[in-house]
Amino acid sequence: MGTGRLYAAVAASGFRRYATYRTATAAGVFTNSVFGLILAYTYLAVWNERPHLGGYDQSQALTFVWVSQGLLMTVAVFGGGFEEELIERIRTGDVAVDLYRPVDLQGWWLASDLGRALFHLLGRGVVPLVFGALLFPLALPASPLTWVAFVLAVGLGVVVSFAIRFVVALSAFWLLDGAGVAQLAGLTAVFCSGMLLPLNVFPGTLGEVVRLLPWSALLQAPVDVLLGAADPLPTYGFQIAWAVVLLGVGRLVQSAATRRVVVQGG
Amino acid sequence: MEGGYVDGGVVDGDCPDGDFIRLEGVEKVFEVRTRTGLLRRERRRVRAVDSISFTVARGEMVGYIGPNGAGKSTTIKMLTGILTPSGGRLRVAGIDPSRERTRLAQRIGVVFGQRTTLWWDLPLIDSYRLMHRMYRIPDRRYRENLDRCVELLELESLLDVPVRQLSLGQRMRGDIVAALLHDPQVLYLDEPTIGLDVVSKARVRDFLRELNAERGTTVLLTTHDLQDIEQLCSRVMVIDRGRLMYDGPLAGLHEVGDSERTLVVDLEREMPPIEAPPARVVRVEGPRQWLAFPASESAAPLVAHIAATCPLVDLSVREPDIEAVIARMLHRLEGAADPAPEGAVS
Amino acid sequence: MYEGLRAYGLITAMWIRSTMAYRASFVMTTLGNFAATGLDFVAIMLMFSRIDSLGGYRLPEVAFLYGLSATAFGFADLVLGSMDRLGRRVRDGTLDTLLVRPAPVLAQVAADRFGLRRLGRIVQGVLVLGYAVASLDLAWTPSKVLMVLLALLSGAAIFCAVFVAGAAFQFVAQDASEVQNSFTYGGQTLLQYPPTVFAKELVRGVTFVLPLAFVNWLPALYVLGRPYPLDLPAWLAFAPPLVAAACCALAMLAWRAGLRSYRSTGS
Repeated sequence: MGTGRLYAAVAASGFRRYATYRTATAAGVFTNSVFGLILAYTYLAVWNERPHLGGYDQSQALTFVWVSQGLLMTVAVFGGGFEEELIERIRTGDVAVDLYRPVDLQGWWLASDLGRALFHLLGRGVVPLVFGALLFPLALPASPLTWVAFVLAVGLGVVVSFAIRFVVALSAFWLLDGAGVAQLAGLTAVFCSGMLLPLNVFPGTLGEVVRLLPWSALLQAPVDVLLGAADPLPTYGFQIAWAVVLLGVGRLVQSAATRRVVVQGG
Repeated sequence: MEGGYVDGGVVDGDCPDGDFIRLEGVEKVFEVRTRTGLLRRERRRVRAVDSISFTVARGEMVGYIGPNGAGKSTTIKMLTGILTPSGGRLRVAGIDPSRERTRLAQRIGVVFGQRTTLWWDLPLIDSYRLMHRMYRIPDRRYRENLDRCVELLELESLLDVPVRQLSLGQRMRGDIVAALLHDPQVLYLDEPTIGLDVVSKARVRDFLRELNAERGTTVLLTTHDLQDIEQLCSRVMVIDRGRLMYDGPLAGLHEVGDSERTLVVDLEREMPPIEAPPARVVRVEGPRQWLAFPASESAAPLVAHIAATCPLVDLSVREPDIEAVIARMLHRLEGAADPAPEGAVS
Repeated sequence: MYEGLRAYGLITAMWIRSTMAYRASFVMTTLGNFAATGLDFVAIMLMFSRIDSLGGYRLPEVAFLYGLSATAFGFADLVLGSMDRLGRRVRDGTLDTLLVRPAPVLAQVAADRFGLRRLGRIVQGVLVLGYAVASLDLAWTPSKVLMVLLALLSGAAIFCAVFVAGAAFQFVAQDASEVQNSFTYGGQTLLQYPPTVFAKELVRGVTFVLPLAFVNWLPALYVLGRPYPLDLPAWLAFAPPLVAAACCALAMLAWRAGLRSYRSTGS
């Protein structure tokens, strides 16, 4: 009970922290809208050429654009969440204090990231979608159940995203240049999450592989649930499976790191 | 007085020595927008600097002090070309800072207390090398100045350290060197000893005194540390709410302000307040008593009197801090001064 | 002007020297920059793995547009990319330290934290452009070659002007740097695609309001022998240098106004 309240407080604090960046959020929404516009026209042209590319029709493709622009920050495709702070704490050695605390490191940062994600979902997710819906014919579902299923999928996507970024951040214990790994992870995320192009459009074997990778749980999975292109339950199964695996890897890395800190004395 | 001026310009002809820095009725008015209520905004005109006039001769070392928000920084910003005045006439070495900023920049050195003029991520020596080229300092002169300053301020071992890894005191000394490499005619120092330990402060003060004596560099110093003023400046200007309230020697400041020093007396046991005119007891805590007496008076007869009449364990004399001095002085002048302007921004 | 260039040169030389002192890190970050910027073309290649033409344009033609846009922008980003830090400097008062130095403020801000790693973007742009030129079945006349070169130079100058104007805006609105980035990075992304993809209003906006179309669309379409979606006289394809000059002049005016305003109101 006490731990639950603690994590809730951490999440709330994460939410509040990002909520103070009012101007940055507004500017970010503007950027999302500009890029959404460019992508939307591009996809219109692509789907004009091949009307059912990737199993989407044109309005579904457009919906993909606007939802992914809205979810960009929520699932932290480019990073921009807790990783930088954690990497810095590792770099300066402050993390040693965190590891000795009675609160679990992974749990703490997960709670904080969920708080942040909720703010970004509300603050950066809604406006681009509304903007897109006003300008283009989108394939948004009428049934509220679908929306609920969608939000659930987004939540699971955030957890998978967190798990990946947690492992990436912890690599700073062993590598000198945490920033380099983070950049690499960011690039991979952009490529494999569907930000460039929906994953079901990727050709041949590349497409098959990329749809199985964890990054497809971030964006592609929730959007497909929203569009009705994928059933919620198998999608959740896929997301949960990757979440469990990656969180587990995170725990292993965390204990290795803790041992390292104990041995080295921080 | 050796040390030619780097840009080779004929300075002496630009202005008579007595008017190296010249301000005539200089004003700076800001428009401040404040929120009054949920949606309404009010516009206020704030006179940060309200018709200030003074002149500084070449080679003078002047203190420029006042309470926070009095307009000190604003004046310095106008003198260095950062801000343009709203009114009045301002000349430094005959140059108008707001019109010929870069020409003036060649002849001035500035040390900001809170911000550094050095490049943050790079080693100290890189900043100096860059200034060597940027200010077009002749190679020999650059070498001489650098070696001399580095030696006097003890920076040899720090030259290859990135500026962001330096302590505050080290960075401050680094900033001072940077401000002097190009032999400026005038040096502006904004809180140069703030945050420094006693040894560093002494080092900096000695250095500035020598600089002024040897090269005749004009120095304008803003500070909250009375010791800086006492040790360095023969002349002090006090500014309050944008107005020049006092311009003269430091001793005069104590007189005008009728400032007080404090005698802290530790007695053997608790006693009723000590009678020792002209001192008066301002505070009692158990066996310790604080007595205030006029700063212009010597402490010696007072100490002797107390030692003779009370069971004394220990005592010390405390100097007034500059804020208190100025506050008292301003309080006294307030009656004579014009109605105060609306507000003040530093 | 000379003073500005001199100061810019001195400061960037210092940053370059400092960057090269950590050779391995420089190579890594440049490769990272190359990869990150190259992803845009990877997306285009992925698209063309499923379709044959985009807006009526084939891959080499799109690559031609992409190469011109990316190279011109890459050059501007290398030279002036640090301008968007001006807002930060205004906010924390460190702009004042630039004002007491005997060098133009614009040069100092532009050279601040010069990022040699941005060469990565230029390299990927040039590579794509090279691929396009090699794959296009065109009759390359001297005037077409000249047009491409002028387009690159003018395009870089136009983007530079946008950077400067955006920075000038930050004197007034310090948090605006991301908005500015939407126009620069967004504009550059827009230009990677053929104008036939976009709605007429958008094309009009990018031609007449913020004249980014002169960076690559107008000259490139002339070279490719394709009609421009808007009804415009043919000689406009030769106008990029003029447009660039006008944009630079306007940007300088904006900058001067911004700096004057800063020196009047302080931070």
